[in-house]
Amino acid sequence: MEALDSYRAKRVVSFDVPGHKQGKGNPELVKFLGAQCISVDVNSMKPLDNLSHPVSVIKEAEMLAAEAFGAANAFFMVNGTSSAVSAMIMSVAKSGEKIIVPRNVHRSVINTLIISGAVPVYVNPGIHPTLGIPLGMSVKDLKKAIEENPDAKAVFVNNPTYYGICSNMTEIVKLAHEHGMYVLADEAHGTHFYFGEDMPVAAMKAGADMSAVSVHKTGGSLTQSSLLLTGPRIEANYVRQIINLTQTTSASYLLLSSLDVARRTLALQGKEIFRKVAQMAVYAREEINNIGGYYAFSREIIDGEFVHDFDVTKLSVYTRDIGLAGIEVYDILRDKYGIQIEFGDIANILAIVSIGDNQYAIERLVSALAEIKRLYSRDNEGMLKYEYIAPVPVIKPKQAFFADKVSVPIGESEGYICGEFVMCYPPGIPILAPGEKITREALDYIVYAKEKGSFLTGTEDLDLNYIKVLKD
Amino acid sequence: MQLWFTEMHCEGAKFSIKVKKCVYGGESPFQRIDILDTEAFGVVLVLDGIVMLTERDEFIYHEMIVHPAMAVNPEIKNVLVIGAGDGGTIRELARYGSIERIDMVEIDREVVEVCKKYLPKTACAFDDKRVNLYFEDGLKFVRGKKNEYDLIVVDSTDAFGPGEGLFTREFYGNCYNALKENGIMVNQHESPFYPEDAKLVSNAHFHISSLFPVSRVYQAHIPTYPSGHWLFGFASKGIDPVEDLKEDYWNSLGIETRYYNTRLHKGCFALPTYVEELLKDEDY
Repeated sequence: MEALDSYRAKRVVSFDVPGHKQGKGNPELVKFLGAQCISVDVNSMKPLDNLSHPVSVIKEAEMLAAEAFGAANAFFMVNGTSSAVSAMIMSVAKSGEKIIVPRNVHRSVINTLIISGAVPVYVNPGIHPTLGIPLGMSVKDLKKAIEENPDAKAVFVNNPTYYGICSNMTEIVKLAHEHGMYVLADEAHGTHFYFGEDMPVAAMKAGADMSAVSVHKTGGSLTQSSLLLTGPRIEANYVRQIINLTQTTSASYLLLSSLDVARRTLALQGKEIFRKVAQMAVYAREEINNIGGYYAFSREIIDGEFVHDFDVTKLSVYTRDIGLAGIEVYDILRDKYGIQIEFGDIANILAIVSIGDNQYAIERLVSALAEIKRLYSRDNEGMLKYEYIAPVPVIKPKQAFFADKVSVPIGESEGYICGEFVMCYPPGIPILAPGEKITREALDYIVYAKEKGSFLTGTEDLDLNYIKVLKD
Repeated sequence: MQLWFTEMHCEGAKFSIKVKKCVYGGESPFQRIDILDTEAFGVVLVLDGIVMLTERDEFIYHEMIVHPAMAVNPEIKNVLVIGAGDGGTIRELARYGSIERIDMVEIDREVVEVCKKYLPKTACAFDDKRVNLYFEDGLKFVRGKKNEYDLIVVDSTDAFGPGEGLFTREFYGNCYNALKENGIMVNQHESPFYPEDAKLVSNAHFHISSLFPVSRVYQAHIPTYPSGHWLFGFASKGIDPVEDLKEDYWNSLGIETRYYNTRLHKGCFALPTYVEELLKDEDY
């Protein structure tokens, strides 16, 4: 950040890209985004370092980030946390090598398997009997998977899941390391674990080897900016080579500087910020539960097996008992009340409470939910119960993705092997992934989710009337 | 020395009042509070740089937010007032012997304290035995109520800052739920003139109309508010503000007013054409 300030103060005459030259070439853009913002949209140069080969200011900023997050090394990522997830997997598993993953991973994990040819060994997460949501991996199930696949290179862990559920990271690290496997954490939703008090354990602290952290999600940096953290067992320079395979060579300084500024704020004020965030979420949960009909769940779902810990800043609310799918509540909140929440699925909604919220906003959300119950609640008969469809993997994701495929109407696709992804976005957890058998259960879920208004993505056919399946 | 207080009424238009003396200035946990002594308008209450009331013209606002509802339903006994820390609305309500209970919910205790001290003519009814003061968020307070009030008066600040939640669909819906069968909600409805304010007017009216069977808007002229042309909302579960006016009843009460009268009551629901058009806007 200081380097950019100093660059701006020097009023350098630029004969380099970007061609807008601090906005002079595109006044309309300056008006839209602001002069301050445009003036630091610059190219890498000696005084500003280069993300693919950091030797000065970016290196320093990355070292400060590593220190703040308690990691051996940190990499600034500008292609989203998805790229951090890819870099983690490709750093430890080559083509044909195994990696143990819970099935409720983000699509970026399976994307990477398609690109790299690494092979997933799925561990089914538990399912909550009432909420219907996928939970964490139990240590018992993981142990079984490790014993059955002693050649696996790594274990992948969501910390936490979108819904705030944490597996037993400390035990998992111990178990994996005993068997010579790396532990990779998807901490897209866990930035605050590194700074808040009384939070679930952060991956680096638990001894995990790598972690992908979406600083932009709950840490305050710009969308698409993210961090990849590595522990002492990981060769950092090799990781950079992997990152550079796919990372842009024109990294945005807006994104980079936002990571640096966010890191500083988190390090200096993180404790206080997340204390307030947790307070607001706890308050909102109480008020929502007082309305009746809704269930804003929290630490009481901890069961010592599939739910080892819970992130109280995640405001997830079970809506099925008022006869509305989460996605319906999500749509009503936006269309009628002007309130945008993170996502709604079949039976739950998720509101992100963060650094940027205040008490007034919380009161609005709670009151709107009270109104929605008063005006829209109905009998919940015939509502689908489960969020999680156990996959039936038949062939490797890479092989399936690149195989010869035909398009069939989705209604007639049962029994075929799927050639593409189908998922609701958000949360972006595949219902079907390439190489998996299309089951009746998955089809029922897709039809139901579509009918309730979920935004289904992943297929070539944007309307999802057709699906690509493998030729026999 | 010349000292002028200036408020932006819109981008490109300012309104200034010459100040004799700044009497009070302070920051509450919710907003900045200033009291100015002025030549033209007497004592002025300013919240976050915006004029809330002046001694000279507050009677218009407070009479108009209270008497129209009271003149259509003599049965009003339980009243909820939201906002209104200056006490003017309570003062007008307290003039009705028929009212049994007035619950007032104001988020900012310091506004009440400051007004009691510097605006005693407005903040004069807080000691009335029927008044119960609650210092909390109005949105939260009303959420917990059901079938409890005959009248709810929403005397909010502008829709930016602490008053934000009081212009929302969820709030109006919660009010509906808190009202009895013959309930009436009257709300401060902003000005239709400047574009940014006009958008608030149409949004609020759209929300209220989709929740209440009867939703009407009436107007008053308030010199120190942006454009001077001000609106109020009248919403009910059935009572009509003009047809159900109890003219003889209200006049028999002998309440002395300087702005409101029953002749004006019948006229103030007739709106300029551009305002009628604005209220049809459903582009939320």
